[in-house]
Amino acid sequence: MNPVTATPGPGQTRPKISRRAFLATSASAGGALVVGLTLRGRFHLGHSTHPESDPFNAWIRIHPDGQTQLVLNKSEMGQGVFTSLPMILAEEAEIDFSKITVVQADNADGTGGSGSVWESYQPLRQAGAQVREVLIAAAAHRWGVPAGECRARNSQVTHTPSGRVLSYSALIDDACRLPLPDPKTVPLKDPKDFTLLGRSIPHLDIPDKVKGTARFGLDVRLHGMVYAVVAQCPYFRGDLLRYDAAKAKATPGVLDVFEIPTDPIIANKGTRELAVVATNTWAAIQGRKALVIEWKPGQFHDESTESITRQLNDSLDAPEVWNSTNTSLNPDTVAAAKRIEAVYEFPFLAHANLEPMNISVHLDGGRCEIWSPTQDGENTQEKAAEVLGIDQSRVTVHVTFMGGGFGRRFGWPFDHQALRIAQHIRRPVQLVWTREDDFTHDKYRAASMHRFRGGVDLEGNLVAWSHRLSDTTAIRPYDPTRGAPGVDAAIDHPYPAQHFRLSYVPVPSGFTRGAWRGVDIESNLLAVECFIDELAHLAGQDPYLFRRRLLEKAAVNPAPPRSNFDHRRLVDPRHMIQLLDLVTEKAGWRKPLGPHHGRGISCFFSKTTYLAQVAEVTVNGGNLRVDRVVTVVDPGRVVNMNGIRAQIEGGILMGLSAALKERVTVRNGCIQQQNFDDYDLLRINEAPVLETCLIEGGRPPGGIGEPPLALIGPSVGNAIFAATGKRLRRLPFQLDEPAA
Amino acid sequence: MAQYVLNVNGGVQTVDAQPDMPLLWVLRDLLNLTGTKYGCGMGLCGACTVHIDGSAMRSCQTAISDAADKQILTIEGLGKNGLHPVQQAWIAEQVPQCGYCQPGQIMSAAALIAQKPHPTDSEIDDAMSGNLCRCATYFRIRNAIHRAAQESHA
Repeated sequence: MNPVTATPGPGQTRPKISRRAFLATSASAGGALVVGLTLRGRFHLGHSTHPESDPFNAWIRIHPDGQTQLVLNKSEMGQGVFTSLPMILAEEAEIDFSKITVVQADNADGTGGSGSVWESYQPLRQAGAQVREVLIAAAAHRWGVPAGECRARNSQVTHTPSGRVLSYSALIDDACRLPLPDPKTVPLKDPKDFTLLGRSIPHLDIPDKVKGTARFGLDVRLHGMVYAVVAQCPYFRGDLLRYDAAKAKATPGVLDVFEIPTDPIIANKGTRELAVVATNTWAAIQGRKALVIEWKPGQFHDESTESITRQLNDSLDAPEVWNSTNTSLNPDTVAAAKRIEAVYEFPFLAHANLEPMNISVHLDGGRCEIWSPTQDGENTQEKAAEVLGIDQSRVTVHVTFMGGGFGRRFGWPFDHQALRIAQHIRRPVQLVWTREDDFTHDKYRAASMHRFRGGVDLEGNLVAWSHRLSDTTAIRPYDPTRGAPGVDAAIDHPYPAQHFRLSYVPVPSGFTRGAWRGVDIESNLLAVECFIDELAHLAGQDPYLFRRRLLEKAAVNPAPPRSNFDHRRLVDPRHMIQLLDLVTEKAGWRKPLGPHHGRGISCFFSKTTYLAQVAEVTVNGGNLRVDRVVTVVDPGRVVNMNGIRAQIEGGILMGLSAALKERVTVRNGCIQQQNFDDYDLLRINEAPVLETCLIEGGRPPGGIGEPPLALIGPSVGNAIFAATGKRLRRLPFQLDEPAA
Repeated sequence: MAQYVLNVNGGVQTVDAQPDMPLLWVLRDLLNLTGTKYGCGMGLCGACTVHIDGSAMRSCQTAISDAADKQILTIEGLGKNGLHPVQQAWIAEQVPQCGYCQPGQIMSAAALIAQKPHPTDSEIDDAMSGNLCRCATYFRIRNAIHRAAQESHA
């Protein structure tokens, strides 16, 4: 079994070897063959540029005993990269997979956007090929034969004509003295020769997670460590007005109570909050309960769920700030045989990672060591250097396992809080957010409203498609110079409309917003795929066949191109038809269902992954049950079948949780949800039977962490309509939703 | 502060704590048994599930004064003498993703199997619906419980 080291010892992660040395020759470090590579995700939020002398951020080390370490600058949050990424290396380098160990790199790069396999596939293959080719060259040199007569397989090189064999471990010394091939030109394996990729490989981190020995952020224990909680302002951009800490300080176990400045990212200048430090977590929580605090509301003190809804609604008729169109005419007024208008509404969502936010900090002699369950260790490192006013090289961020990422762990303000507390208390400290902190100080998924106006002709062709999207913006205020707003799945849907127009208006809000698994696709796809269903019914056609005809039309006679859109991201309509045909066949689409039952269909092309799905629901009286979900996915090249299936299964059910149950509300500028009693998640008794079929296209691997999440909402919404004749357009779906 | 004698995973431990300190924090912060997880502090998520005298209990809702002199089993103790059939099934079905809730899921499932050697789907729903999984691994959790039932009583 391959062990997984979640936190390496000091100095383990970055051998000091110059770029020149790497380009000219492979390097020997402690007798090992070392190959560096650069894995860089699109979600890199850091600003640092690596010096020329140290350009790499991931490493392959092959030791003389054949044991291989992949020092990986990605975070493992359950998506399986500690298994899928070394698989890519093993495949290309011809290394026996059981000899590979993953070591978590310090200060790891931003991990998100379904991008780790997608973006690391090529660089890992190139580095693996460098390893393979230099070891083949070493063997050929030893034997005095042409390298072309040698083959590598299973950590051995064979001289094919003579049958002589040398193990990789016997070649390490020689290989270290040879030049390393250029990664840009090194030959890669023909995918038809793959023997590992595509198989279902057990995740290397699972045994520790089953034994309870995997170390998450909250499990970090440092010598002399104390525990802290922070009393944070419940109001958006509010401040500490006055407080009495006498009782808190008298609470058994409490060591100190003191003010710290609030992270300026989320607060007005000069804002403060209160830290409570104790000998254990519970004592810190008890101490905080004993505080008497008066908070001052901020400029968003009158924000409420109703005010957000009103603003979104008003924006449906406000002047747009951005659009994409394919017509000089107004789609709302062109002639159409039949027309329909519909408005979909989405709430703010919480991440609700099962492990609440936390971080451990040790300041010692001008150095800062951090243990963080983070999706972006490098960003944490930069921020710590900035907060402490020290050089970045004096900060080390050890990335631990994390109890769910989902986009929340790009982040603040707990890092800032822990650093300020550590500066004051001068001891190693673990900052713990309680569940209540986590729900009331999340970076929420944006709220949005979508108004569609669509029209079809007598054959069911899409004449007009007008989509007004209004939202609170994800992450930061909308900036037109940064390109399109969050319109994924809305701008690139595959249905050809003769007159297409998508327009956008942002609304301000006091909510801190952030990436929530998929960012904008979960809401945008639901709106688009439900409205397409509405148009199918308007046209009097079966929703599957309606989509199929539109896709056929797109294949033969595409609609005029949409402006402000990169058309390389367009779906291949014929391939989507294949998926729709397959999913309806597997689901028994035409097989009649009894009363109170309904089927709904949806499809999606996202991050180069194709998906199609049919959901079956039962609606009986006031009760909704999702019974069965059939999904067909073509993710491109499959790396680890086990991991892909896990991401699809979990993604569908997390998406179902959002569609059926989740909603954050606000009153007087305060979040109202505190714990799982008022923000419940999907539970096992609500989880449907999942039937998932993978087909493997010839494309490179696509993203899989996020796309499956988006598909289930529209499948279920369309199934509810099929079962009841009632179209639900406000999330989360409630059967008693009042008519629009 | 009072002194308590706890029977944890077959060994005896003495701790000084406030009588109302939840067993969860005693395990995690005083005894360094961090396999038992904090999720909500209100008995709503099941991440802190341990066995007390053989029953699945939420350690965040159990004061140390109520746990003293009882047999406490945590995830660290469940597989002490070789992996428990539920842990083996969890590996065979490749259940965990992030893994944070899984000690609690496994402790709930082990208590279920002990009481109902061949649980039906509806019995699984009843026993496991108090355990949240944000990665939503429920599909594999159900399969793993059926597998553990088969293999531990084959």
